[in-house]
Amino acid sequence: MAGSMRVRAKEKNGIVTVKALITHPMETGLRKDEDGNIIPAHFIQEVTATVGDKVVFTANWGTGVSKNPYLSFKYKGSKGDIVTLSWTDNDGHSDSLEAEVK
Amino acid sequence: MDRRTFLTAGLGLGTLCVAGSVQAAWPKEAFEAQESNALIDMLASSKPAPSDAITITAPDIAENGAVVPISVSTTLGDVTRISIVVEQNPLPLTSTYDLTADSVPYVSTRVKMLKTSNVVALVEAGGKSYSGVREVKVTIGGCGG
Repeated sequence: MAGSMRVRAKEKNGIVTVKALITHPMETGLRKDEDGNIIPAHFIQEVTATVGDKVVFTANWGTGVSKNPYLSFKYKGSKGDIVTLSWTDNDGHSDSLEAEVK
Repeated sequence: MDRRTFLTAGLGLGTLCVAGSVQAAWPKEAFEAQESNALIDMLASSKPAPSDAITITAPDIAENGAVVPISVSTTLGDVTRISIVVEQNPLPLTSTYDLTADSVPYVSTRVKMLKTSNVVALVEAGGKSYSGVREVKVTIGGCGG
């Protein structure tokens, strides 16, 4: 699942705004394919953001988050921080990406 | 004091015991609940008080229910969690966000909406629950099927 993420982080007045886009189908498990078979749920459950070894933000997602999810959050930080964003889905796939705060 | 306090304490302990397993904190029951009041009861530490200090930014009318941008921010202090609930969805809880002492109480994402619905932002701040509501009209539903 490498390369599934794009992350940007920018500091202003001591507040870092992180914006992330993740490529993921986010299947609800309620849809059917052309043959009427239910498409199994496949969705990201958790996204964590860490700076150093400190978790600064955690997102818990259900199937109600849109396909190819967008996430933005803010934390008190500074330029040059390395923010690591990691996600895990209900099938056990995962990916992570580091971004330097500009 | 009672049952809820006890449960929360137990939950905290449970989380400690399985620290390291990332899925542990994922509130499965709340995500599987089909009724928004029931899941709000599961997530809230107290009966949510309606609050003007919660701002929900969303379109008044969403043309495409598959992708509805929602942002939640609040001026409440000591915020530990923000949850976004779409009342009329088959599974109303879209997402919850765990904040830390380093967090600024703001989150923005995009959610699916089956039809016109109230969007509820449930905020845990200083050990109490608060809620904000905003209606979003949907022209084309986005849950597929």
